[in-house]
Amino acid sequence: MTQPVSPPRSGTDKVTPVSEPPAWRALATRADVRTLSLLGVLAVLVLIGGITKPDEFLDTRNLQLVLTQASVIGVVTVGMTFVITSGGIDLSVGAIVALASVWATTVATQEYGFAGILFTAVIVGVGCGLVNGLLIAYGGIVPFIATLAMFASARGLALQITDGKTQIVTVDGILDLGEREAYVLGVPPLVLVFAVVTLIGWALLNRTTFGRRTVAVGGNAEAARLAGIDVRRQRLYLYLLSGLCCGVAAFLLIVLSGSGQNTNGNLYELDAIAAAIIGGTLLSGGRGTITGSVLGVLIFTTITNIFALNNLQSDVQQIAKGAIIVAAVLVQRRTASTTT
Amino acid sequence: MAPELPLLTMSGITKSFPGVRALDGVDLDVQAGEVHCLLGQNGAGKSTLIKVLAGAHQPDDGTIRWRGEPVTLRSPIAAMRLGIATIYQELDLVEGLSVAENVHLGHEPTAAGFVVRGKAARESTAALLGRLGHPEIDPARLVGDLSAAQQQIVSMARALSHDVRLIVMDEPSAALDPDEVDNLFRIVGDLTAAGVAVVYISHRLEEIRRIGDRVTVLKDGRAVAGGLPAKTTPTREVVALMTGRNVEYVFPDRPPQPSGTPPGEPILQVRGLAREGEFEPLDLSVHPGEIVGLAGLVGSGRSEILETVYGARKPTAGQVLVDGRPLKPGSVRAAVRAGLGLAPEERKAQALLMLESVTRNVSVSSMSRFSRGGWIDRGAELGAARAATRELSLRPDNPSVPVRTLSGGNQQKAVLARWLLRGCRVLLLDEPTRGVDVGARAELYAVVRRLADEGLAVLLVSSEVPEVLGLADRVLVLREGRVVHRAPARELDEHRVLDLVMEGSPVS
Repeated sequence: MTQPVSPPRSGTDKVTPVSEPPAWRALATRADVRTLSLLGVLAVLVLIGGITKPDEFLDTRNLQLVLTQASVIGVVTVGMTFVITSGGIDLSVGAIVALASVWATTVATQEYGFAGILFTAVIVGVGCGLVNGLLIAYGGIVPFIATLAMFASARGLALQITDGKTQIVTVDGILDLGEREAYVLGVPPLVLVFAVVTLIGWALLNRTTFGRRTVAVGGNAEAARLAGIDVRRQRLYLYLLSGLCCGVAAFLLIVLSGSGQNTNGNLYELDAIAAAIIGGTLLSGGRGTITGSVLGVLIFTTITNIFALNNLQSDVQQIAKGAIIVAAVLVQRRTASTTT
Repeated sequence: MAPELPLLTMSGITKSFPGVRALDGVDLDVQAGEVHCLLGQNGAGKSTLIKVLAGAHQPDDGTIRWRGEPVTLRSPIAAMRLGIATIYQELDLVEGLSVAENVHLGHEPTAAGFVVRGKAARESTAALLGRLGHPEIDPARLVGDLSAAQQQIVSMARALSHDVRLIVMDEPSAALDPDEVDNLFRIVGDLTAAGVAVVYISHRLEEIRRIGDRVTVLKDGRAVAGGLPAKTTPTREVVALMTGRNVEYVFPDRPPQPSGTPPGEPILQVRGLAREGEFEPLDLSVHPGEIVGLAGLVGSGRSEILETVYGARKPTAGQVLVDGRPLKPGSVRAAVRAGLGLAPEERKAQALLMLESVTRNVSVSSMSRFSRGGWIDRGAELGAARAATRELSLRPDNPSVPVRTLSGGNQQKAVLARWLLRGCRVLLLDEPTRGVDVGARAELYAVVRRLADEGLAVLLVSSEVPEVLGLADRVLVLREGRVVHRAPARELDEHRVLDLVMEGSPVS
């Protein structure tokens, strides 16, 4: 066999659909069940919101706000989903968002205007991701430790830059993006960015060689290596991607808040991991879903919103979030075991 | 054998998984003190049956009687309480714990209910290991530091540390060398003499002849024959029951070329390749159309050699050349790019993406062929995977099923299809039929020979001497990391090779 098996020309090698075993269907169904159950949870939440605060919750402005808030953490979660799917973890996302947001809003950076802020936010994010990736892929440090170190250092650096002060943005182009005049057909630009990132992320994971390699590395790194995949380079790219998403999220946060603060992105790492996990991405790697992650983010953001509208304190919100994570994972476990 | 109630009676056991009816009304009865062998192709349902027996799977239907009493084995603990112990093919030991801790895991001797009495545990473990003929294993050593064969002994000691009435052994000889196998058979003899029943699973008919009392043959989830006399049933009949094939056709014919090195340039050349502490400088070459076999025992450096040729291990000396061009040492990617493909010994751990479909497992090394700018054409991918798996008659004939639902032999075919699709020119096979039964083996042998006939160069490693002799054109015999003999396969016989691999090896 010296010639590779040539792929059949489409349409010429139609296979008689005699008996597609249901194992395939079970696999597909499981993903559908998961998506549907997440959509169900979201629907119930919207219902609760609509019943408890009919006027406030369903108000267009409120829904725009929910989506805008979801955008920042959502972009971070897309990057996190890739990292977790590859069997890794990135604990530094919140800190990178903080560092990128303050670095991009220093007086010096703001002199370069809109482009300067956007560029700096992205470059700082990618830079941090590069350090993470190099340490993990080529330095042999486990992701938990490497990104924990990044978490500490980036937060420290962010504090050093700001000296604990809020850096107000004075660049008009940035501030304008947050105004209602910038909305496209009622959709805030931040939400559009989130939507685009989600679409790219979904396509990247499900339709490209990059996505396949990510899943392969997460599913069985040794098998991936022996199959000829450059596992280390793939890992590097994944943390770069996560860093890039943090940079974009930092920019969105700057637009949203009109400022840069070293306390930005607090606990983003936990929110992003939680959203990815309840979405159906395996913490051990090898399986990831962007759709699930985005639904997870929307569920969390909606809960926060409903609680805030009902004047419940953040402590209650935190408890509810914890309960939801456990419940979601238990429900998924059950659906998984009944379909396997 | 007492004509009393059987120790164990399983009747009408049925178990389904998505897409697979693994067991379809299987009957099995086991008497105290007998060795009852389970035979069957991969996917015949042997593993599922013993998992039901071990309480790891719950049957959908059927009854289990223990000494005539109906029982439900809700969990492995429930099975253990009855006195059923299982030694799985894939060992389930905790590598970070000591031998004694593993043996007593879950039933540690304690003082005051919770303080582990380490000394007592070590002493009773030492006694068990002595009984198993391996007093040299130190109960205080970490299991992770032991060889595979020693781990097997520890696993057996763990089974015997319970009050057992029935032991299930799933291919216990797979990881063992011949003298270890003799020891295993002695242990089995001791156990049955003490009235313990043994359910023995093996692909090796000669083993079943030696120690078996009765044989139950499984095929496609059904027991096609139950309780045949193990020693007197003709091989032909057993193989026919399993496969419908005749045993003489196991090995494909070699091409009718004169023995010796074929003419022309070799594709693969290995020059002075060595890894300190693993194998000494090695020279070999493989020509297109040729199958070269490496024969040797566990620990002879066979797998290490193959993995070093493939770049998965970095050599301390020497080089590998493909078409006369040296490969970058220690680089799998360079090897794959040059046209090498490896079917590793541990399929699940080293080759397969168990959560993924057959298609994705097959296409993983050739993704650039179905993608443009990184974007995958999934139709082309599926079609190519289908073509490659069909070429190897992989079952089921649907590459969209998860690879984990396949039998071992078909999983191996998925690995071969991966390299076939890639268009690889040198195939490295490490224990290609490990855990694959007679019928599926014959099919794999035929596939390998056909690939060679089509111009592939094959480097084969196996601990089963008949496999190397039957399949390879030329054979290199290895002992302790050194080539001790080279000859065309037809000039060697099994005894000669066994003498060569054993000669001078330390008596254990």
